[in-house]
Amino acid sequence: MIRPALLAALFLTVAQSSAQDIAVRGRIVHTMAGPRIEDGVVLVQGGKIAAVGRASEVSIPDGVRVLEAAVVTPGLVDAHSSVGLAGWLNYAQDRDELERSAAVQPELRAIDAYNPREPLIEWVRGFGVTTIHTGHAPGAVISGQTLIAKTRGDTVDQAVIVPCAMVAATLGAGAVHQKGDGEGQPGTRAKAAALLRAELVRARTWIEKRDKALAKSEPVERDLRAEIMADVLEQRVPLLVTAQRAQDISTALRLQEEFGFRLVLDGAAEGPLVLDQLRAAHVPVIVHPPMFRAVGETENLSFETPGLLRKAGIPLALQSGYESYVPRTRVLLFEAAEAAAYGLAFEEALGLVTIDAARLLGIDARVGSLENGKDGDIALYDADPFEYTSHCVGVVIEGRVVSDTPR
Amino acid sequence: MLVLAAALARGTVSGELQQAEAPLALVGAHLFPVAGPEIENGLLVVQDGVIAHVGPLDSTPIPAGAVVRDVSGLVILPGLVDTHTHIGQVEGGDSSAPLQPEVRALDSIDVLEPGVQRAQAGGITTVNVMPGSGHLCSGQTVYLKLRDGRTVEELAIRTADGRIAGGLKMANGTNSRRDPPFPGTRAKSAALVRERFVAAQEYARKMADPDPEKHPPRDLGLEVLVEALEGKRIVHHHTHRHDDILTVLRLREEFGLRVVLHHVSDGWKVVDEIAKAGVPCSLIVVDSPGGKLEARDLRWETGRTLSEAGVSVAFHTDDGITDSRLFLRSAALAVRAGLPRDRALEALTLAGARMLDLDQRVGSLEAGKDADFVVLDGDPFSVYTHVLETWVEGRKVFDRTDPRDRLWAVGGQGAGSPYVPPCCGEEEEDR
Repeated sequence: MIRPALLAALFLTVAQSSAQDIAVRGRIVHTMAGPRIEDGVVLVQGGKIAAVGRASEVSIPDGVRVLEAAVVTPGLVDAHSSVGLAGWLNYAQDRDELERSAAVQPELRAIDAYNPREPLIEWVRGFGVTTIHTGHAPGAVISGQTLIAKTRGDTVDQAVIVPCAMVAATLGAGAVHQKGDGEGQPGTRAKAAALLRAELVRARTWIEKRDKALAKSEPVERDLRAEIMADVLEQRVPLLVTAQRAQDISTALRLQEEFGFRLVLDGAAEGPLVLDQLRAAHVPVIVHPPMFRAVGETENLSFETPGLLRKAGIPLALQSGYESYVPRTRVLLFEAAEAAAYGLAFEEALGLVTIDAARLLGIDARVGSLENGKDGDIALYDADPFEYTSHCVGVVIEGRVVSDTPR
Repeated sequence: MLVLAAALARGTVSGELQQAEAPLALVGAHLFPVAGPEIENGLLVVQDGVIAHVGPLDSTPIPAGAVVRDVSGLVILPGLVDTHTHIGQVEGGDSSAPLQPEVRALDSIDVLEPGVQRAQAGGITTVNVMPGSGHLCSGQTVYLKLRDGRTVEELAIRTADGRIAGGLKMANGTNSRRDPPFPGTRAKSAALVRERFVAAQEYARKMADPDPEKHPPRDLGLEVLVEALEGKRIVHHHTHRHDDILTVLRLREEFGLRVVLHHVSDGWKVVDEIAKAGVPCSLIVVDSPGGKLEARDLRWETGRTLSEAGVSVAFHTDDGITDSRLFLRSAALAVRAGLPRDRALEALTLAGARMLDLDQRVGSLEAGKDADFVVLDGDPFSVYTHVLETWVEGRKVFDRTDPRDRLWAVGGQGAGSPYVPPCCGEEEEDR
């Protein structure tokens, strides 16, 4: 009944070659680019994956450090988080994920707030997460921008791989005025939608002015808000819309149809109620973490939402999500584990936190699977990664060991 | 899985049959009695709401006339004991005063809200429902059995003298630091508590006077504090930081209180002091440290560390901080951090029962105890395992094959409650 404990990871230090050369050998290697490999090796050279295959087929150059583990996966990709802006102490000085002074502030850049030394980043990295899509949290009609970073680096420039990934918007109760909010916050969900539409209209007007100016070779009037929303309208940057209730999901789809932006739906607790609509819209969804709290407008969420949406063929990724209190962040690995316990096969659940997430974020040329030419981002485990009692025993980013404390 | 489901279907027995007095024999499960070693091929006999027999199948005859149910391949644990939960939309004191011992959680609980159903779905059969931690003393807690009932009285556990059982909720640290009349510092917090317990000592002295004429007017708050002073009411004390933990131990020493430390995030820093005091600890396990200043150093290893030092350790959900349906997971994460499996199971059951003075009735599979148990389809600490059934006093209160029960267990349309609980003084500036 008790799952056999597999090999504990064994770290063998050999004479160093390049700082970013490493080989990882696993009794099981989930490449996420084909069937799993029994007794596989991933060879990383210069930070990039140089070879993946059976141990008998991949020759490891002399001097390359070899790590061993029972199970090896790609480094996990968290499709939506707030760590780095949200700090672990959760007091005024490290709570940077949500600016409550106004309802609409798309000009807030995540790069101007991201703290790569935030302890929560080290924490989630210890569970295999090597790439995070993080930034301004749900909770305002437009709360600001997001970025994509590797979970390493001492400065934002060292960490970031996509400085402006999406613009974060919220519909429904989450966008409605709360105690402590500034002036101009909506009091109802319809008003929140109206504010979002007004902002898109405002950006359209600015685009017209910009194009006229450009046509006449006149200088373009700067407008930080309009410029980023123009990126949204002109489909350079997706609009990430957090919507939990079915009617708010429908509103997001309605606005997408009206304005033609690239919509990424976030949360979607009641997504299973509008499956046909979602499918028809071909909109990708970053689904709520299964263990998200079933209260308020997420009262009807289900441990099975990831499974139900994935089986419906909706492009999907899983997230650790945003938490305003305790726990300050959820752990992506654990959320994938619950998705596997509630309706998804192991590889399907693992896909939602690796290759599917990378595709949804548009970074699958670089991360999300163990394939030649991709970044050498790898997670190592001493047994089934999803089991409560297993440990993540090592994490590698671009060929460098960034975590080796079993956790 | 299909095989297991079939095994279940073969022997489904309704609670009504139980009332017909025929013993129910559950045959072939892997039993974790907690009070004794695991039994791989077990026999559990239940009659009249009580466990009649627990043992290996091959060493005991099945009682004549028993309804026999084959549960081979399944796992049975004692019903889980949650020493600290906020289900039932429980409320405690309001913002009028920092100590409100006269307030009863009993008078606020909605036993029909989904939290109760979800706790049943998580295998929880006994709970300590606590008011929040935004007060030095937010009121009296209540111990419930998660029977299927429509009133809080139907769920309440009664003491031998017929009173509804419960403890006293207290807190220190940051949650109870608020604007006046609440304390603004830790030292003031302790002073306010000491003042009230000194008053309670004085009240008890006067009430002991043989002449009723000399008794002071009845004080609902002080009489509850007197119960705590006399050890009749256990103090369930929210505390995180190492120095706050020691403050609780100091107050316990001064007033002779029976205390259970709750949360104990910094417990690993003051293990020797806790062990020396012999005070039990009920721990929370959350997915990341922090979220508030005083939980910054929370470690999953604390359960192991305290247990190794001889401290009695239990877990709690603090629902809605963690989800009652995933209570087994809390202990599993402690196992991940090195707590032995048997200790982890005890921490979910018997250790918690002791912390509520209920270990004579619940917390283990032993003949004579209440027939509270959980049927699982696999290893208790595996993510892939699900609770199939929860039984309270010989009646099935959760059955995963029942669509309505499954909805509580899994979630989905109709499972919810739009209620958003106020949390732990969360609204306060300084958390």
